[in-house]
Amino acid sequence: METLLQQTVNGLVVGSVYALVALGYTMVYGILGLINFAHGDILMIGALVALEAIRLLQLHAPDLGLIPTLLAGLSISVVVCMILGYTIERTAYRRLRNAPRLAPLITAIGVSFLLQTIAMIIWGRNYHTFPQLVSTTPIEPIAGVFITPVQIVILVVSAVLMVALVLLVNRTRLGRAMRATAENHKVASLMGVDTNKIIAATFIIGSALAAVAGVMFSSNYGIAHYAMGFMPGLKAFTAAVLGGIGNLGGAMLGGLLLGLVESIGAGYIEDLSFGFLNSSYQDIFAFIILGIVLIFRPTGLLGERVADRA
Amino acid sequence: MKIRLVALAVLGLGASAVHAQEVVKLGVAAPLTGTQAHLGKDIENGVRLAIEEYNAKGVTLGGKKIKFDVQAEDDQADPKTATTVAQRLADSGVKGVVGHLNSGASIPASRIYNEAGLPQVSPASTNPKLTQQNFKATFRTIANDVQQGLAIGKYAATKLGKKVALIDDRTAYGQGLADEVEKAVKANGGSLTGREFTSDKATDFLAILTRIKAQNPDVIVYSGMDTQAGPMLKQIKQLGINAKFITGDGGCTGEVIKLAGDAISGNAYCTQPGLPLEKMPGGKNFNERFKKRFNADVQIYAPYSYDAASAIIEAMKAANSADPAKYAGSIGKVNFPGVIGTVAFDAKGDIKDGAVTVYQFKAGKWEALQ
Repeated sequence: METLLQQTVNGLVVGSVYALVALGYTMVYGILGLINFAHGDILMIGALVALEAIRLLQLHAPDLGLIPTLLAGLSISVVVCMILGYTIERTAYRRLRNAPRLAPLITAIGVSFLLQTIAMIIWGRNYHTFPQLVSTTPIEPIAGVFITPVQIVILVVSAVLMVALVLLVNRTRLGRAMRATAENHKVASLMGVDTNKIIAATFIIGSALAAVAGVMFSSNYGIAHYAMGFMPGLKAFTAAVLGGIGNLGGAMLGGLLLGLVESIGAGYIEDLSFGFLNSSYQDIFAFIILGIVLIFRPTGLLGERVADRA
Repeated sequence: MKIRLVALAVLGLGASAVHAQEVVKLGVAAPLTGTQAHLGKDIENGVRLAIEEYNAKGVTLGGKKIKFDVQAEDDQADPKTATTVAQRLADSGVKGVVGHLNSGASIPASRIYNEAGLPQVSPASTNPKLTQQNFKATFRTIANDVQQGLAIGKYAATKLGKKVALIDDRTAYGQGLADEVEKAVKANGGSLTGREFTSDKATDFLAILTRIKAQNPDVIVYSGMDTQAGPMLKQIKQLGINAKFITGDGGCTGEVIKLAGDAISGNAYCTQPGLPLEKMPGGKNFNERFKKRFNADVQIYAPYSYDAASAIIEAMKAANSADPAKYAGSIGKVNFPGVIGTVAFDAKGDIKDGAVTVYQFKAGKWEALQ
């Protein structure tokens, strides 16, 4: 029982990071129909920029304290990623908005490689140690479950950001404009919505979320390097598809579910399959679930709300 | 033979030597430039010291006094360059080769030496494949990863605890090493609580570690690289697992210490093929001779290349010939006290009882045990 609870906690922590990143995929897809494969690499840039900022702060302002240093590093990285997200949209995707779907897709993959290569030139190929500003030493176990302060922060921050995003989309003018653009951007622009601005805003918000996810990811595992965005990016994309890409609630559900499935899958697959399968199928397990869900619900668990968009 | 005699006559410059001297060249192939140059030079110097000492003692083969010489080639730690260098050595008529450093260089080069009928003794390459190609004259003086796996399994089961959990990263290295660990754990009275898997790109091990925690092992063996071992140590601490931790040479680096941060403790162990110099039977004396001759410290491989060159020369002495076709068969039969211990090879060409050293984390670094 303890083990099951522990696996659930493990899964929820990983799942919240997936969910945050998945939101970025799903927002862009919902509005543009574009799968932004560079999104995972924004997470990586977010982590590395924060690392650099924190190092500089520790060097020049050593009396700042742990939490203010982390917050300052995080803010810098969020701002950098917002600018980066905007720049990518403006230079790489906007010109291709009316091009066949394959063109922006290939461009997205190109941007992903570009970001990785730039990061490799700046930060090298080595693994960097990410400063431990929030402790990774577990607190007193609750019901036999070990949880660290970083993991608690990840759970809380993700939940707050997800609620904030839902409120933003459903309760604000910007959100209404985003929903209108997602439904039909030609009609939205006829109604006086500046769709270019809205699309840019979508990229900026998604990139900010990815930056936060990157910093949390690196704080949790204590590492950062130029290729770290690939796996979380792929998993988050899977989570978005699992939940129903284009659907905010779906991305969150998909992310958490994927985290849980992976964690519990890796923990129990050997027992469930009577020793036939083992934890080397940890990653495949998630994709098997995805396959099964897509067979029965081709638009994902919650469905794509903008599926009928032309 | 005729050509050689002519060449000798020319080389001899009619020096009217009292006894005819024949020059026998040994090839050395190692990275002599680039980031591993210091290790390559170490190998070259080991061979130089060996032949100079044999020259000083005097070796007579087939009635002729022999003067050994070295032809050193730079393989740049690169598989492609290694094959070029191997061909050059084969063409230039060396009688045996000590090299290469990297398994990735040794393995492709070994094919060329084999085709040329040239004996090769590697002082540094540990990949088991090198000696599993059924080549007659491919040897190594350093323990391979199979021997390392045995050492890890034995140390884990006999010194660290009976119940062993095993994790590997599904790479050729990690999986191969883990298979040997598993055998050795069982052979030494230990039991495997479970075998888990991850990848060489993973960062999250909480799921498999939680599973391992439930099985309550005494020791966790990780067979993979340092970039995973570091975060893994961190997560072991996160989950409050009290088991000891041991990993192979892939995790026996400073990088692990850096990445694990405050999560690494005296409970962490690792292994490296080979002995630290001060623990080798002939180590202290060798170090003095080496320092006196080259005014440099032994890096790692000089004792192994010294013994590799010695093995070739001892085999020549046993066969009473420097002709590779005649003496190659004798390398497998040599048995003499070298710097690293007794030098003798098994049927495959691996050093018998190859030494593997266990290190423990102490005061900020890996410290050799045993």
